[in-house]
Amino acid sequence: MELFTNQVLAGIATGAIYACMALAVVMIYQAIDHLNFAQGEMAMFSTFISWQLMQWGVPYWGAFIIALALSFVGGIAIERILFKPLAKAPVLTNVAGFIALYAIINSSAGLIWDFTIKQYPTPFGSSPFLGSQLISTHQAGMIGVTVLLLIGLYFFFQYTRIGLAMRAAASVPESARLVGINTSWMIALGWGMATAIGAIAGMLIAPVVFLEPNMMGGVLIYGFAAAVLGGLTSPFGAVVGGFLVGIFENLAGTYIPGVGNELKLPIALALIISVLVVKPAGLFGRHIVKRV
Amino acid sequence: MTTLLNVKDLRAYYGQVQALHGLSFSLNEGSLTTLLGANGAGKTTTLRAICNMVRSTGGIEFDGKPLNNRSTESIVRFGIAHVPQGRGTFTTMTVEENLQLGAITRKDNAGIISDIERMYAHFPVLKQRHTQQAGTLSGGEQQMLAVARALMLRPRLMLLDEPSFGLAPLVVRDLFGILGKINREDKVSILVVEQNAQLALELADQAYVIETGRIVMSGNAKDIANNEEIRKSYLGY
Ligand SMILES: Nc1ncnc2c1ncn2[C@@H]1O[C@H](COP(=O)(O)OP(=O)(O)OP(=O)(O)O)[C@@H](O)[C@H]1O
Ligand SMILES: [Mg+2]
Repeated sequence: MELFTNQVLAGIATGAIYACMALAVVMIYQAIDHLNFAQGEMAMFSTFISWQLMQWGVPYWGAFIIALALSFVGGIAIERILFKPLAKAPVLTNVAGFIALYAIINSSAGLIWDFTIKQYPTPFGSSPFLGSQLISTHQAGMIGVTVLLLIGLYFFFQYTRIGLAMRAAASVPESARLVGINTSWMIALGWGMATAIGAIAGMLIAPVVFLEPNMMGGVLIYGFAAAVLGGLTSPFGAVVGGFLVGIFENLAGTYIPGVGNELKLPIALALIISVLVVKPAGLFGRHIVKRV
Repeated sequence: MTTLLNVKDLRAYYGQVQALHGLSFSLNEGSLTTLLGANGAGKTTTLRAICNMVRSTGGIEFDGKPLNNRSTESIVRFGIAHVPQGRGTFTTMTVEENLQLGAITRKDNAGIISDIERMYAHFPVLKQRHTQQAGTLSGGEQQMLAVARALMLRPRLMLLDEPSFGLAPLVVRDLFGILGKINREDKVSILVVEQNAQLALELADQAYVIETGRIVMSGNAKDIANNEEIRKSYLGY
């Protein structure tokens, strides 16, 4: 039983990271109808920036905040420079844009910081959490920060005018323009926020997977899986999907005989495909109720 | 009487296809003007051109200021509220959020809150359903929501594209009654596109008839309604 609880809690901790990545992916998908393959690389780059700041002597939380702010601005810049001009281009052109972005960020990181694996600090420590062997303080910190982030985002989208405007712009762009919303800037803002959310995920997972240019590859695949599982049209679904994938990944690795670390990924993906066969829109995919 | 909207020699294009061929008309401050015409005549295109949602040339002046080359979202800030064909409801959001979105360019929070109450007084059914997803409203309720959403801007001019579409005759009467009231009491000028010519002419003071992208007939709404020859040849009733 202790092993089970332990695995579930550990699953929630990594699930929190998948939830952040899934949320970032869904936010951009809602805004521009494309999957951002470079989301993981963007998060990795943000994490490197925070690491570099710490190398220069900035304390952890200072580096965290500065990296978040830079990620936000960087996300907006990427949208303005690369994807705004591609807005009316065919799908494949956009896909090429994302792949280019992926390659550019990955190799720039390698060029600047090289490909050796680096230690990344945790502000939470890694002792047992509250004296319990079930979960470490860092894992508890991952969950705590994510929960705070999700609550903040919920209030932002539900109770602020700009959050309302962003939702409107994503759901019916033409009507949004007709009430005076600058939809183009709402998309840019979405990119900024998604990039900052990804940065949080990167900085939280870096002490676990270690810092290097390919650190987010696996994480992003789970994030995509979570987004698809929850439903690409539902931010809430993406978050739930993230936690479910995290938990399932850990339980499968522990309890299904022969499934070591190598087989965890295919098993998780197989589960997701089976869910999608039954519910193609994902668990929480939006069923738009419409009358004409 | 002062001219609020003045459209001169308007030509509009969808890609290579020209939909408006030099269309001119004007609307007086405080007027309720209707734009009539058959399917494909160019009514929707005219409204879309005013809000710069389609490529066009020609002059569009609102209150003496040119609107050409301004973005759709900035034209709203002149006080022009456009209810598009199909209503443009934010179907996944609540009724109340739809109303708040209508006022998204305003900064006076107290005024917005009292205007929402005013809309609920105009349209009691919206109050009953204020937390409901707007997509679940009936067609008539959605049309009322669309009109209310437009009014939340406190517009000087309201552009309505076929508000009667798909509604039962009784509901249409109701809606047109409310439009007339808004026009008289709240001093909102209204340009309404309609296929239901008979009803629109009862409501409006001024009327224009469009055929294949040109104005072919204009005048006082009552005169047109009373002239059988015009009615037969241009409006088919
Ligand atoms: N998106 C478009 N692409 C190409 N042509 C279009 C487009 N929208 C409209 N048109 C053409 O422009 C002309 C005018 O269309 P418009 O929608 O303005 O007509 P309407 O008077 O509003 O008709 P209805 O009463 O059916 O709504 C039509 O010939 C139509 O085929
Ligand atoms: Mg039309």
